Amino acid sequence: MSEMTLDAPEDEGAVTVNDNPVESAIARLKERFPDAVSDDPRDGYEGVIVDADKLIEVSEALRDDLGFEYLSSVTGVDLIDDGKLEVVYHVYNIEEGGSAVVMKAQTDRDNASLPSLVSVWPGADFQEREVWDMYGVHFEGHPDLRRILLWDGFKGHPLRKDWQEPFFEEEHKPFGSRWPGGSVARIEDSNPFGKNVQYPEGWLPTGDEYDVEIDMYPHEPAHREDESTRMVTDKVTVNMGPQHPSTHGVFRMVVELDGETVVSLKPVMGYLHRNHEKIGERNTFIQNIPYTDRLDYLSSMGNNLGYVLTIEKLLGSEVTERAEWIRILMAELTRIANHLWALGFLINDLGALQTPMLYFYLERELILDFFEAASGARLLCNYMRFGGVAYDLPDKVRETDTMTFLHDLIYENIPNVLDQGENLFVGNEIVRTRSIGVGVLTREDAIAYSAAGPVLRASGVQYDVRRAEPYSYYDKLDFDIPVRYNGDVYDRLLIRMDEMRQSLRILEQVLPHLKETEGMPVIGGKPQYAIRMPKAGEAYGRVENPKGELGYYVTAKRRDANPQRYHVRAPSFINLTALGKMCEGHKVADVVVILGSIDIVLGEVDR
Amino acid sequence: MTSQTDPSAGSDITVPDELQNNVVITNIAKVLDPVYNWGRRNSVWPMVFGLACCAIEMICTAASRYDLARFGMEVFRATPRQSDLMIISGTVTKKMVPTIVRLYNQMPEPRYVMSMGACASGGGPFKEGYNVVDGIDKFLPVDVYVPGCPPTPQALINGLIALQEKIGQQSIATVPWYSKQGDEFTGAVPIPVLGPDLVDLRQIDIIREEAAKAETNDTAVEETAESAMPEAA
Repeated sequence: MSEMTLDAPEDEGAVTVNDNPVESAIARLKERFPDAVSDDPRDGYEGVIVDADKLIEVSEALRDDLGFEYLSSVTGVDLIDDGKLEVVYHVYNIEEGGSAVVMKAQTDRDNASLPSLVSVWPGADFQEREVWDMYGVHFEGHPDLRRILLWDGFKGHPLRKDWQEPFFEEEHKPFGSRWPGGSVARIEDSNPFGKNVQYPEGWLPTGDEYDVEIDMYPHEPAHREDESTRMVTDKVTVNMGPQHPSTHGVFRMVVELDGETVVSLKPVMGYLHRNHEKIGERNTFIQNIPYTDRLDYLSSMGNNLGYVLTIEKLLGSEVTERAEWIRILMAELTRIANHLWALGFLINDLGALQTPMLYFYLERELILDFFEAASGARLLCNYMRFGGVAYDLPDKVRETDTMTFLHDLIYENIPNVLDQGENLFVGNEIVRTRSIGVGVLTREDAIAYSAAGPVLRASGVQYDVRRAEPYSYYDKLDFDIPVRYNGDVYDRLLIRMDEMRQSLRILEQVLPHLKETEGMPVIGGKPQYAIRMPKAGEAYGRVENPKGELGYYVTAKRRDANPQRYHVRAPSFINLTALGKMCEGHKVADVVVILGSIDIVLGEVDR
Repeated sequence: MTSQTDPSAGSDITVPDELQNNVVITNIAKVLDPVYNWGRRNSVWPMVFGLACCAIEMICTAASRYDLARFGMEVFRATPRQSDLMIISGTVTKKMVPTIVRLYNQMPEPRYVMSMGACASGGGPFKEGYNVVDGIDKFLPVDVYVPGCPPTPQALINGLIALQEKIGQQSIATVPWYSKQGDEFTGAVPIPVLGPDLVDLRQIDIIREEAAKAETNDTAVEETAESAMPEAA
C-alpha cells in the first residue's frame, strides 16, 4: 500500500494561503475577453458573468490555458425578479487545489437557451439535462437533451419559482396554518383526486401517455451484416432495472448488446426523485438538515457536515473546538461504515453472494450503535447543527464507556475486519480475474467526466477536498491521500481499503483531542432552534464524502429564513456520467461489477 | 383435549365414554387452517425490492445480527413470481409506481404488502414533493404498516411478527383468493400511467368530471366576458 500512496503535499500552507490562482485566472479571463467576462456585481456573490455567445470559448480558455480542467458542478437558478435564468458553473484546478472559478451565464426566462458545454467537459452531460428538466433551459448542441429525473410529457419545469406542486400550501415554511396555532387539515382533502396529482385544466387522457416500460427501447431493430459469413444479426437491447437485485436501488440501465458485448449503455434515473431541492427551497435553513440525511443515506453524517459548513459560510457562525473534533470523528466513521457497505456489495456483485457481505456488516453495526448512542438514530442521524453538533458524546455505548468503546473500535475491531477482508479477497483469484482490467477509466476521462472521490483517485488523480480545500480541522491532521493508477474495478476496490486505513489514522489522532476537550461546549452562538437569517449572497460548500465531492450551492436573500436556491452537487449522480464509457466493450455480466465499483446511492443520484 | 363435541361441526355422533379423552370431533377447515397457516406463516418469502433508505435497514434486518432467518423469512427472492411478501421499503415516486403495481400484479396469491416507514405509509417527509406518491395504499392494499424513518430492524421484525399473526388468523374458507368472486384486492390492479402527472386509471371518472367542470368554467368566463363587453362599451 505504502508505495502506492503519495505523501501529503508539504507546501500545504502555500496552497491554502494562495487564493490567487482563482483571482489571477479571473483577471486573465477578463483581460482576454474584455467584452464577454465581467465581475458578478451582486452583493455577496463571487465569480464572473460570462456572455452566452462566448461561453464555449471562455470555457476552453479556462480549461486549456489556465489549468482549470475539472468542471465540478452545473446548476440553474431562477432569477424571477429580473426575468432571467442563470446557470452557474464551478470549475476547479485539479493540480493546485483551492477554490473554484465560478462562471455564470444568464438567459431570458421565456426563451431560455444557452450553448452546451458537453463538447468542452463531457461531465456536463447529465447536469445540463437536469437543468433542462428542472428549469427548461435549452442547451444548444447537447447530444441528448431529454428529461432526466422526470418523464417526457411532465407538465412544466418544477424548480422554476412560479411552478407550484399539487400539494402547494404557501411559498415558505413555517406555514401560517400550522404555526403558531396548529392545524389538523389534511392537504389531501383539498385535492379533488385525494392524491398528490394535478392536471392541466380540461386535460383528458388520450391513451398515448408516456409508457415508462418501453421508454428507451429502440423502435427498429438494428440489423448488422457480418461480411465474412453473410449472416444478418440483430443487436439485442436488454433492460436492467429499475427493479433488479444488482442495481443498488431503483436504477435502470438500457444496455445494447452485440452477442454478450456491451455496445452502448444508457442509464435511466429519477425513480427515487424525491424533490429534495424544491422542498429545500420551501424549508427554513435548519429544516433542511434532516433532509440532507436522506441524500446519501449510507453516510448521513457526511451529508450533514457539508450542509452545515455551507450555511455557516452564509451565517458566519463560529464552531466550537470540541464540535470540530466530534465532526471529524463522525465524518471518518461514516466513511468507514460506507466503504464497508460498498465493498460488501461489490464482492456480492462479483458473485460471492451474501457471505462476505455479512462479515463486513457486523463491524458496521458497531459504528451504527455508536451513532445511535450519540444522535438517537442508527442510520439517518440528523446530528450536526450550525455552529456545532446537536449533542455531546454519550457516556456509554453498549454498556461500555464511550472512549473505551471508540478505542476498541479504532484499534481493534475495524483493523481486524480490514485485515480479514484483505486476506479474503485482495489476492483472491476470482476477484482478480473478474476485476483487473475491467471498467477502465483513464486519468483524462476521469477528469473530463467530472468523476469524484474514489473513482477519480483510482484513476491516478490525487485529489481530495480534505487536502485541496481543507475544511474543519483537516489541515491539522496528518494523513495521506491514497491514489491508484489503473482505473479499473480492482483499483477502485483497493482504494477503498486504503481510504479506510487512512481514516483510522485520522481517528487515532482525533481521540486524544476528544479526551482533552471533554466538558467543553459542543455548540456555539445562539440557541440552535432559532431561525437563522443569513446575509444576502451565495455560498458553495463542499466536503469529501465517501462517494466523492459533495457540494451544496445555496443562495439567500437578506433577512430571509429560506434559501433562495438550494442545490446539491451529488457525487453518485455525476460519477454515473462515465458509466456508459466504462462499460463499453465489456461483457454484460461486468456491467453489474462496474456499477458496484462506482458505489452509487439512489437517494443521492435522484435526490 | 376437549371431550365436548364441537357444535359448529353439526354432528350428532356420540363418542363412547372410554374414548372421550382421545377423540375430537370438528370440521375439516378447523383442522386444516392451523396446519396450513402454520406452514405459510413460517415461510414467508419476501421479494428483493429496495426503494430507498428503508431498504438499508431491511438488509440489516436480514443480516447476521438481527437474523430474519429466525422467522423463516430469509429466502429473499429476486422475482415477484416466487414471492409472498412485498416490503415497500422507501419513498414511492410517481415514476416508480407503475413498476411497483406491475410487480404486485406478478406476485401469485396469497400475497402480502408491508409498508415500511413513513414515506411508503403516507409520503413521510417528502409528501409535499411533486414526484412523490403520498402512500402506497393509494394503489395497493397494505397489510401491515411499520412506522419509523427509517424503522429500526427491531421495528421491522415487529411488523413481520404482526404479519405472521395476521396470516395465522386467516381461514381457507373465507380468504378472498380462493373464493369465486374475490374482492376488490384480488386480481390485477390497473397499472397507472404517466401523463402530465400520474394517472390512476381507477379515477378516470373524476378526471373527466374535473375536465368538464373546467370546460364549463371556461365557457362561463367567456360568456361573462362577452356579456360584460357591451356594457363596458
